Amino acid sequence: MGRTSREQRRVKPARRWSWVMAVAIAISAGLAWAGNWKPLAQDGLHDPSNTALNQLQNPAEALSKLPPDTAGNQVNWVKALEQGKINPRTNIYAGTKVKVLDKKEPPDVLMKNTAELSMVRFPHKQHSEFLDCSNCHEGLFKSKAGTTPGFNMFNILQGEFCGRCHGAVAFPLTECKRCHNEPRPVPGGAAKAR
Amino acid sequence: MGYNQQKHIRHGIRRYVRVSAIALTMLMLLAPFPIRAEFGDVVFNKHSEKEGVRPVIFPHWFHRIRFQCKVCHSELGFKMRAGDNVVLMSDIIEGKFCGMCHNDNIAWGADRCDLCHTGRPGLQSGVIGGASTGGPGRW
Repeated sequence: MGRTSREQRRVKPARRWSWVMAVAIAISAGLAWAGNWKPLAQDGLHDPSNTALNQLQNPAEALSKLPPDTAGNQVNWVKALEQGKINPRTNIYAGTKVKVLDKKEPPDVLMKNTAELSMVRFPHKQHSEFLDCSNCHEGLFKSKAGTTPGFNMFNILQGEFCGRCHGAVAFPLTECKRCHNEPRPVPGGAAKAR
Repeated sequence: MGYNQQKHIRHGIRRYVRVSAIALTMLMLLAPFPIRAEFGDVVFNKHSEKEGVRPVIFPHWFHRIRFQCKVCHSELGFKMRAGDNVVLMSDIIEGKFCGMCHNDNIAWGADRCDLCHTGRPGLQSGVIGGASTGGPGRW
């Protein structure tokens, strides 16, 4: 037995297993993609032995008809509301005052203290179309811009402030650029390349 | 280093590659399977299983199509943090929390146990599905 055949034998198994790994990655990526909107009985959460499950709507039936997105429920909920694809009730009690804010009053909030990332423009309008002022003010956020103590990415990632909804029920915190969307102007030049 | 020793080491490396490949393959194949619930699904199991019923699964996606967030989180008084709400059947029957709509009027009533208590036994309370917040370590 020559040296070369020993070398070949040494290389071969590793190469074969790397193929297996590549195939496994491809399969799992495919499953993750095709696995969107699993039927309730197959989502790992609902008990398939519950005979009443077939009376409940499966996510795919409702969500596949709404504007698509790449994160969360794979639905762009803001667009769905804007385009009238969903028409959710605003109140149950007749006397509840429903307040939706347009862009002028109060304005979008521009958060500049974002280190090297782009600044954050917080749109009041889109948030008030789903939420009541009291959901955020004065509990999670002070009304006066820049006065909320502890408002930083670390706490957001812990589920405070924006993280109370974003990452749990609204688009997740892995979507950095949806919030950090306002390029920082550089004095005497175009926006910074970042 | 003797030939036998070299062979031994090579054999060890080969086995290491093979074992780690098998382990990774299994991980990759299993990863998408366990829970593929919808982003924002909430499990309520503080009392359910102790009381002998399945945990409750609340689908945010289903309710959001029909109600704005503010209806439950402002009018009905659901706090915006999983685990902060103590929801008892007695309250629901009296028309509080879920019972505001689940009253046989807007939606099915509190006697339809199996339509809400749909979870697998042993589930932990909390927001499930997608990247729930709880720190960078969770992703």
